[in-house]
Amino acid sequence: MILPFLAVGIIIACTILVCSYRAIYGPGTFNRIVAANVIGTKAIVLLIVVGYIIERPHFIDIALMYAVIAFIGTIIIAKYAERGELCSR
Amino acid sequence: MEMTEMKEDHRTFSIALTFCIMFIFWVLLSAWTVYLPEPYDLSKVSRGILAALIVTFLTYEIFVPGKGEKVLLKTRRFIPYVGWELWQIYLATVDVAKRVFGILEVDPQIIEFDTTLRSDFALVTFANSITLTPGTITIDVEPERGRYIVHAIAKGPAESLTVDQTMQKKVGYVFMEE
Amino acid sequence: MLAIDVISTIFLAAGSLIMITGTVGLLKFPDFYTRMHATGKCDTLGQILIIMGCMIYEGFTFITIKLLLVSAFYLLAGPASTHALMKAAYVTGLPVWKKGDKRM
Repeated sequence: MILPFLAVGIIIACTILVCSYRAIYGPGTFNRIVAANVIGTKAIVLLIVVGYIIERPHFIDIALMYAVIAFIGTIIIAKYAERGELCSR
Repeated sequence: MEMTEMKEDHRTFSIALTFCIMFIFWVLLSAWTVYLPEPYDLSKVSRGILAALIVTFLTYEIFVPGKGEKVLLKTRRFIPYVGWELWQIYLATVDVAKRVFGILEVDPQIIEFDTTLRSDFALVTFANSITLTPGTITIDVEPERGRYIVHAIAKGPAESLTVDQTMQKKVGYVFMEE
Repeated sequence: MLAIDVISTIFLAAGSLIMITGTVGLLKFPDFYTRMHATGKCDTLGQILIIMGCMIYEGFTFITIKLLLVSAFYLLAGPASTHALMKAAYVTGLPVWKKGDKRM
């Protein structure tokens, strides 16, 4: 029962590759941020699926941490793009 | 927010509840895979208690700001709402897929409307629900007047918010702010 | 055992199909705001379905609870980050695409 997980992992990796078109060429800052956000989401799922492919489910811990870090990173970049500074007094 | 003027019994209640939740969280996340497969040992559990205590004293003022009113009733009304919300996520994805493959048209517009919601949790729940239901995303919220600025992908989804108002009524029913 | 495999495979297939739809939307839609529609919704459901497939395959263990936590966290955090990006773009004055304009 590794085959379905392998197929899903390959499909998600391909979609990440396609999303990186938007991250590289996409016009303007915000399109690039969206692409980075999407790649973060797909990477969470990819980590879980890879954990099942190599039969080591402890990858889920890494996925949980990655979800938290990707969320905080997106919020920080959005705030920076909105205000032009990170810490205002 | 009057965080510093929290009453003494509220503070005790808040610390106790936060500690219980944090300790359960520690058991679920790491105890059953890392610490407890070996024979029982007090030092292993004390690590968890220490970690839970540190997190509790850092975050209890934000995590449990005070005793809410009718929390059990609101929770009981909230659970069917989550089920309805999952169904709405499915409908939203089908809607977006139709627009991606050109079956429905894309005609974006920005709309504004007022609601009767005032409490923080109700405002956040309604904003997240707007983002997850078909064809609409929250842009901005003004909490004083309960005013929402929403980006709708076409005319139909926009009218479901401004004319039908099914979701406002559901959220208002859950948080008793009709 | 076979039934569990089949059901979880169906969930995984549906989830990856929805992920592909979101990616096509990200490339095809005309401006930033509509692209957020595609990614914000499709990714949420695709992630829920794939994680649900893993949960069904796993059975009821503590790893299932962790998977549920990942899914629930994304269900809370996804709309919040979508909203933060939309607000940042709207405040900085990124123009909204109307019907008939050229792609941005």
